[in-house]
Amino acid sequence: MAVSARSSRWPTRDAWRRFARNKAARIGLIVLLLLAAASVVTLPLSIRWYDLQQLDTAVRHGPASSPVVDQQRYLEALERSSAGKVAKAIAPVGHGAASWLGHDDLGRSLLYRLLPGFLVSLSIGLAAAMVAVIIGATWGALAALAGGRIDALMMRIVDVLYSLPYILMVILLKIALTRPLAELLGGRTKYADIVVLFLAIGGVSWLTMARVVRGQVLSLREQPFIEAARAAGAGWWYILRRHLAPNLVGPATVYATLVIPQAILQESFLSFLGIGVQQPVPSLGRLAADGVQAVNTFVGFWWLLVLPCGVLVVALFSLNFIGDGLRDALDPKSQAATLV
Amino acid sequence: MIALIARRIIQGVMTLACIYTLTFLMVITVPGNPFRQSERNMPPEAERALRVRYNMDNNWAYFVQFLSGAVRLDFGPAFTYSDWTCNQIIAQAFPVSAMLGFLAILLAVLIGIPVGVISALKRNSWFDFTTLGLVLIGISLPTFVTGAGLLIVFAVYLQAAPVGGWGTLAHLPLPVVTLALPFMAYIARLTRVGMLDVLSADFIRTARAKGASQRVVVWRHAFKVAFLPVLSYLGPATAQAMTGSFVVEKVFAVPGLGQHFVNAALNLDPGLIMSSVLVFATLLILLNLVVDVLYALIDPRISGAL
Repeated sequence: MAVSARSSRWPTRDAWRRFARNKAARIGLIVLLLLAAASVVTLPLSIRWYDLQQLDTAVRHGPASSPVVDQQRYLEALERSSAGKVAKAIAPVGHGAASWLGHDDLGRSLLYRLLPGFLVSLSIGLAAAMVAVIIGATWGALAALAGGRIDALMMRIVDVLYSLPYILMVILLKIALTRPLAELLGGRTKYADIVVLFLAIGGVSWLTMARVVRGQVLSLREQPFIEAARAAGAGWWYILRRHLAPNLVGPATVYATLVIPQAILQESFLSFLGIGVQQPVPSLGRLAADGVQAVNTFVGFWWLLVLPCGVLVVALFSLNFIGDGLRDALDPKSQAATLV
Repeated sequence: MIALIARRIIQGVMTLACIYTLTFLMVITVPGNPFRQSERNMPPEAERALRVRYNMDNNWAYFVQFLSGAVRLDFGPAFTYSDWTCNQIIAQAFPVSAMLGFLAILLAVLIGIPVGVISALKRNSWFDFTTLGLVLIGISLPTFVTGAGLLIVFAVYLQAAPVGGWGTLAHLPLPVVTLALPFMAYIARLTRVGMLDVLSADFIRTARAKGASQRVVVWRHAFKVAFLPVLSYLGPATAQAMTGSFVVEKVFAVPGLGQHFVNAALNLDPGLIMSSVLVFATLLILLNLVVDVLYALIDPRISGAL
């Protein structure tokens, strides 16, 4: 990609221009922002709705425009075990925006579970990426700046941590953090769970970040402009703040965008194991895992699996495209390294 | 080369010692213990007796005892499953996971690499965009979703495969494909990036200029270089695949090792946690060594740096 002829003085503006020119990244960003906006705007409605169970009816309704499964009639038909009668148990029902995407087994609106679920997943991803960046960047920068034996020891620790099984470490970290954090938050376990989740996922995802930042700092340290700054009498804190940090923003951002989709996937695995976010708080992974269970009992409940997975795929697609766009924008030299 | 391999093995043993110590520290600092889990509400006297029986009231004694056992490849009892030793569990579950994982990686390589090479050669064609979409779906969908989808289509509707279980050849395809999908997607992506990078290099132009056929240029000149990042990804990927995936095992009822990782951690079973960590780490170190040796064979420039 040719650097723009009217290259401005501000590297961030150049980067933004390069990012905006990338169609896939632009669409990804717009889709993600629209989803997030829809989730935030409907939050007053959806928070009430996802707690709202309609156990008196307890029916799973399909999306408004499609056939609907009445669980009672479905079960009766199933008892008589005839496929034709199962099909007859399907009759159209629908009421308002809440039933656009159907209901789950507790009669809760799927739309109003998907929207906050998206928000929960996205925030877990963002927060985990932030934790990973903070730990990783600090670790890597300290190792590179300390140099010598301390550097070797710190990177050796990273090597050792690399060879620990990921899922086991997440679970152990989660067990270790759950109780102290619940006490800290005064028994509000619903929120403690989410905090523990992103701390645990971020706490095992910082290793690559540490390597990336260390490499970057090591190569920057030898650059003439750092030497010039030192010769001009700049202190190390000034050099760190004015010369090193701005050069680390690019690689750190690019890596952070890789961690976000990974963290969202990790959360879905933990939800599948039953140690992710706890009911009734929704997340895309939680909803997909519930959907798998619903579909396992009867394939007619397809929307409970397909719709959460659809949102998950759209979100991860967008995040991947944004990540690739950012990589091109912030690191024009290595544009061949884009993964798409 | 042999001296270098020997040095790497010694390094590996030291890494294992570090991993053992670290895992041990983690296990004893995590609150809770294996005797206080779920339904087994044990009287305190019994718990104390068990702790004394297994030397667990003294952390240092337990550390030394487990280490000396581990050196003799004896990992002691597993509290998660009464009457089972960790050795028995690993001996039963590891071959299952290893076979499943090996086949999955083989499938991922056999499909991922050609797909990556073709989409790099036909950049921005419909093939490229289609595979990009499929690759992103492969990376984005959680395994429990793809697994359940395959199960519904092939086992329930088409009845072409058993719903789950292990033991016959018919049980293999669905879990292998499910496990292979994310690896396949990632390998295709890595190969495509590597090929695009290499195909614009000067030596490729030279090769074309001297009249080498497309097949020779692509496979002998370009692919050899583009394969290197895939190779270094294959080390950790194979170790991960061969130690089992909890999700695949749960969806297809496969008696593999992955479930023990999760159950050990959930039950805080010190013996099972440490033995499964050690099995994983050993496999990872060995496979990384194999990858490094292969690397040196393919790329003679770095044989000195091994």
